[in-house]
Amino acid sequence: MSAATLLEVRDLHVYLGESHILQGVSFDVRQSGITGLLGRNGVGKTTTLRGILGLVTRTGHVVLGGEETTALPVHEIVRRGVAYVPEDRDVFAGLTVEENLRLAERAGSELRYDLVYELFPELRQRAAQKAGTLSGGQQQMVALARALLNADNRILLVDEPTKGLAPLVVRQVVEALQRAAEVATILLVEQNLSVAHKLVRDVVVLDQGRVSFTGDVDQLMGDPELARRHLGLAAAGSH
Amino acid sequence: MTTIALLLITGLGLGALYFLIAAGLSLIWGLMRVLNFAHGAFFTVAAYAGWSASRLLTSSPAELRWAVAVVVAIVVGGAFAALTEVLLIRPLYSRHVGQVLVTVGLALATISLVQGGFGSDPQPFAVPDWMTNTSSIAGAGIPNTRLLVIVFAAVVLAVLLFFLQRTRFGLIVRAGVENRDMVQALGIDVQRAFTLVFTIGGMAAGLSGILAATYYGTVDPVRGTSMLIFAFIVVIIGGLGSVTGSAVAAVVVGVLQQFLNFYAAAGVGDFSVVLLLAVVLLVRPGGFSGSST
Repeated sequence: MSAATLLEVRDLHVYLGESHILQGVSFDVRQSGITGLLGRNGVGKTTTLRGILGLVTRTGHVVLGGEETTALPVHEIVRRGVAYVPEDRDVFAGLTVEENLRLAERAGSELRYDLVYELFPELRQRAAQKAGTLSGGQQQMVALARALLNADNRILLVDEPTKGLAPLVVRQVVEALQRAAEVATILLVEQNLSVAHKLVRDVVVLDQGRVSFTGDVDQLMGDPELARRHLGLAAAGSH
Repeated sequence: MTTIALLLITGLGLGALYFLIAAGLSLIWGLMRVLNFAHGAFFTVAAYAGWSASRLLTSSPAELRWAVAVVVAIVVGGAFAALTEVLLIRPLYSRHVGQVLVTVGLALATISLVQGGFGSDPQPFAVPDWMTNTSSIAGAGIPNTRLLVIVFAAVVLAVLLFFLQRTRFGLIVRAGVENRDMVQALGIDVQRAFTLVFTIGGMAAGLSGILAATYYGTVDPVRGTSMLIFAFIVVIIGGLGSVTGSAVAAVVVGVLQQFLNFYAAAGVGDFSVVLLLAVVLLVRPGGFSGSST
C-alpha cells in the first residue's frame, strides 16, 4: 500500500452565518483505501466535505495530488477528479435514473457503466424510472453510481451513505464502497461505527470544528478510553 | 358561437404572447433564482430594434421587411439579455435585493431611453397585407395576426421542449432547476448554463416583442412593462421553472382575460387573473406543475 498523500487539508476555516463551524481543520488522506471522517453529530464533518469541494466559502488550503485547488470553482475541482456523494443523496428527482447518470458523464473521461451496473444491476432495470420515485436505498445507488461513473475520479467524498437504510441495503452499500475503494480513494463520513470500522483504514476525528484525533482505525476503536474520549462511546470495540 | 370563437382565438393569441415572455422568466427563476424585472426591457428594445430594421428596408417587399424585423428582434433580445446577465446579474448572484434593484433600474432606464429616442407614443409597425386580413373559423373572422402569434408560440414551445428534453444543455437546465449545487458537484460549469438560459429567455422575449407589434400594429415603449406583469402571473400560476406549466397558464390567463373583459366589463378580466393567482397560491402554491404543498 502506498503511503503517498492524495489530499491535504490545511487550516480549513468555515463560517456559516455567525457560527465558526470549522476552526482550522488539517489532515491528510492517503492515496487508495478508505479514510474515515468521524465524530459526533454537528462537529463539522459534512461541512469539511463541502469545504474541500468549495460548496461553502472557506479559508485555508486544499491540495489535491500536489495541486492547490482552494481558489478553483466547484466544477473545476470536480474535473480534477473529486466526486461527491452527499448525505441526502441529492439525486435529481425529476430526471430518470439514466439521465442522472448521463449528467455525471465527463467529457474525456472513460466511463465505467460496466462497473456501475455490476454493482447496482437494479439501476439498469430502472433506467427509465424517475429518480424521485425510487426508494432511499435505490437513490443511494444512483448517488454512488454517479460518483463511480468517471474513471478519472481520484477521490470520492462520501457522506453518510448508510444513513436511514435497511440492513440489507446497508450490506450492498458496504460492498459497493469496498469495490469502489479498489479503483479510487474514499473519504467517508459515517455515523454507523460498525460500518466505519469494517471499511476504513485511517481515521480523522473531528470535535467542535477541530481535528481531535488522526491515526489507525484499530488504534481508535481498540482503545476504550480513546474511543470514549473522541467518539463518546460507552464501550469501544463493540462493533 | 362566432363571438366565442373570436374571443377564444384572441385569448389564445394573447396567451401566446404571455407565454413567450413567461417561458424565459420561468427558466431564469427556476435555474438561477433571479427575479428578472428587466425582462420587459428585452421585449421593448428588441421590438424597437426590429421596427427600426424594418424601416430601413422601405423599398423591400413587406414580407421581407417583416421577416428581417423578426430576426433582428430575436438577435437583439438574446444579445441584450446575455449582456445583462454577464455585466449586471453575474456580480450579484448571492445578493437578491441587489438583483431586484438592478433589474428594476434597467427596466426603468430602458423605457426612458426608448421614449427619449423614439417618443412616448406608439409607432405604427408595417406588416404584410395578408396579416391584416382575417380568416374564417367557426363563422368568425379571425385576424391572421392572432393565428400567426399562436403558431409562433407553439413552435417556440416545441423547440424549448426539444431543447430541454433532448439536449445535454437541457438536461443541465432541468437538473439545475432542482439542485444547482449538485449540478456543480458533478463538474458542470453552471455559469455557462445561466448565460445560455438568459440568452434563450431574451430571444423569446424579443420574439414576443415583435409579435406583439404585429398583433397590435404598433410598437409601444411601455407595452413590455404591462405585459411583464401578466407574464409574472403566468409564471407563478404555471409553476416556477416549468415551461409546460407556463404554456398552460398562459392559455388560461389569456382566454380568461378576453372572455371576462368582453362579457363582464373592461378590466374585470385583468382583475380576475389576479384573483386566479391568489386562488392558485392558496390552493396549490407550487402552481399547475408544482407541488400542492
